[in-house]
Amino acid sequence: MAGTDFDVKYVAHLARVALTPEEEKTLGAQLGHILNFIEHLKAVDVSQVQPTAHAVPAVNVMRPDVVQPSLPHEAALHNAPWPVAGLFAVPKIIE
Amino acid sequence: MLNQLTFSELTARIVQREISARAVLQACLDRLTQVDGQIHAFISHDAADARAQADRLDAEVARGVGLDRPLLGMVIGLKDVFAVQDQPLHCGSKILGNFISPYDATVVTKLKAAGAVVFGRLNMDEFAMGSSTETSAFGLTRNPWDLTRIPGGSSGGSAAAVAAGEVIAALGSDTGGSIRQPAAFCGCVGLKPTYGRVSRYGLVAFASSLDQVGPFTRNVQDAATLLKVISGPDPRDATSVDQPVPDYLQALDGDLQGLRIGLPREFQIPGLDAEVKSAVDQAIQQLQSLGARVEEISLPHADYAAATYYIIAPAEASANLARFDGIRYGMRAEGNDPLELYCNTRGQGFGAEVKRRIILGTYVLSSGYYDAYYLRAQKVRTLIRQDFLQAFERVDAIVTPTTPTAAFKIGEKSSDPLQMYLSDAFTISCNLAGICGISVPCGFTRSPRLPIGLQLLGKPFGEATLLKIAHAYEQSTSWHKVRPPLAAGGGADGTGDGRSC
Repeated sequence: MAGTDFDVKYVAHLARVALTPEEEKTLGAQLGHILNFIEHLKAVDVSQVQPTAHAVPAVNVMRPDVVQPSLPHEAALHNAPWPVAGLFAVPKIIE
Repeated sequence: MLNQLTFSELTARIVQREISARAVLQACLDRLTQVDGQIHAFISHDAADARAQADRLDAEVARGVGLDRPLLGMVIGLKDVFAVQDQPLHCGSKILGNFISPYDATVVTKLKAAGAVVFGRLNMDEFAMGSSTETSAFGLTRNPWDLTRIPGGSSGGSAAAVAAGEVIAALGSDTGGSIRQPAAFCGCVGLKPTYGRVSRYGLVAFASSLDQVGPFTRNVQDAATLLKVISGPDPRDATSVDQPVPDYLQALDGDLQGLRIGLPREFQIPGLDAEVKSAVDQAIQQLQSLGARVEEISLPHADYAAATYYIIAPAEASANLARFDGIRYGMRAEGNDPLELYCNTRGQGFGAEVKRRIILGTYVLSSGYYDAYYLRAQKVRTLIRQDFLQAFERVDAIVTPTTPTAAFKIGEKSSDPLQMYLSDAFTISCNLAGICGISVPCGFTRSPRLPIGLQLLGKPFGEATLLKIAHAYEQSTSWHKVRPPLAAGGGADGTGDGRSC
């Protein structure tokens, strides 16, 4: 649980966030401090404790399987940065 | 003066046709014109759309239709985090570009059905990540009580707009204190309902297991009215809970005899400001004189709440914000392939605080670190929740300051994220435990004169008890009637004609 091996460049790439060299420096230092603060949790004995994912335990919430109206095609594309022929266009993936 | 009236008094006047919904809206628009240049609570507003809503309501009143609607003609501002059909949604960020919502959030549908005029996009920290509204891509909001200070956050625009009288009430969202903390800093009532009480459909997700929608109002009675309107299960949000919605107004009977209120000894922290402590101590004495029994309790894991929160919230945020990739909506940066396009869009579109949290969240979830950080935090969360549930076997509610200090200066904490995070010390554990909490005004610091908030925390789905205590306290004090110097007006701001909203 050490923050010392934290590589901001590598994790930013995993998160798909391009950082400037300046940002790498600032965010890297700030995240180092935050990770040190989080280390504090190591003091708690959690060996006999179950994790909580949600405060209100609810499992398998079901509703009737009935077709409902959905967003019209045109509305779904309305905010697209590059709509082409009723589709979302992206840069070429395969040459 | 419209600003002294409750929803029920105002709607009664609209029903009697003593005042029109259009006139109530106009009072708000006038106020916005007078003061928003100074405080900047709004990112944008659509006056023509609001007028059309108000005119529709007035026409219905003239025909005698829907006169019993609880929010008839009430102008309700919305944090820029809720979807309103055909209106812009930015979430305080650049990355959403010119996004226009294709549908209404469930709470918006409910407000409209209750007769509200849904109005404006209120400023907020980007993606609700922050405690000061300084991380907004649309500039900062200033505290109406002192323009050199922040209004709190992340729902700073909502709190400032209600305090300054630009809207009658507002909705915000609270993930770690984002309703209660700005309510305390701006001197209004702010309520975070129990997780699952209010639908999150159409609320842009930050941390899905912590986020809840709640009201900002000028008094506790209005908070009760607004909570009743927005509560209840929703088939579109599987985490909303199918619990009956009580008539919260009926709970406001002023009777605190026999109620037990717990005072957690862990909240006596070194950073607690002396004036805040003294105001809260006096409020506790007031609660006792109203018949409540106050006893010391212990929440042994309270000290771990901030560290737990700053693992769980960023982890959930890193997953939720993966959708902002420049493909289907929002801004898109150049890239030779989709991967480069994602990285550039997110690098240019997100601000520093959002990047910090996404990267932190990605790290604590990444292979090799998941057990040490995320899983451990989820286990500590269990202990924090158990502390509260055990305390609630002895007491009906818990009382604390809402914040360790009054509103801080613009820029005071923005360069030190950790200090900013620690300003949420008293509000964070409520979200981790999934319980409910309210902040009500309980005094002022001397110089400068800034509002202080009293926080009451309640059992899961115990909002009625919280509102009852908060209301009895409020009615025995006059803090909620004091308006910021900005709102009291002067000169040519037009409050003398009784049209201030």
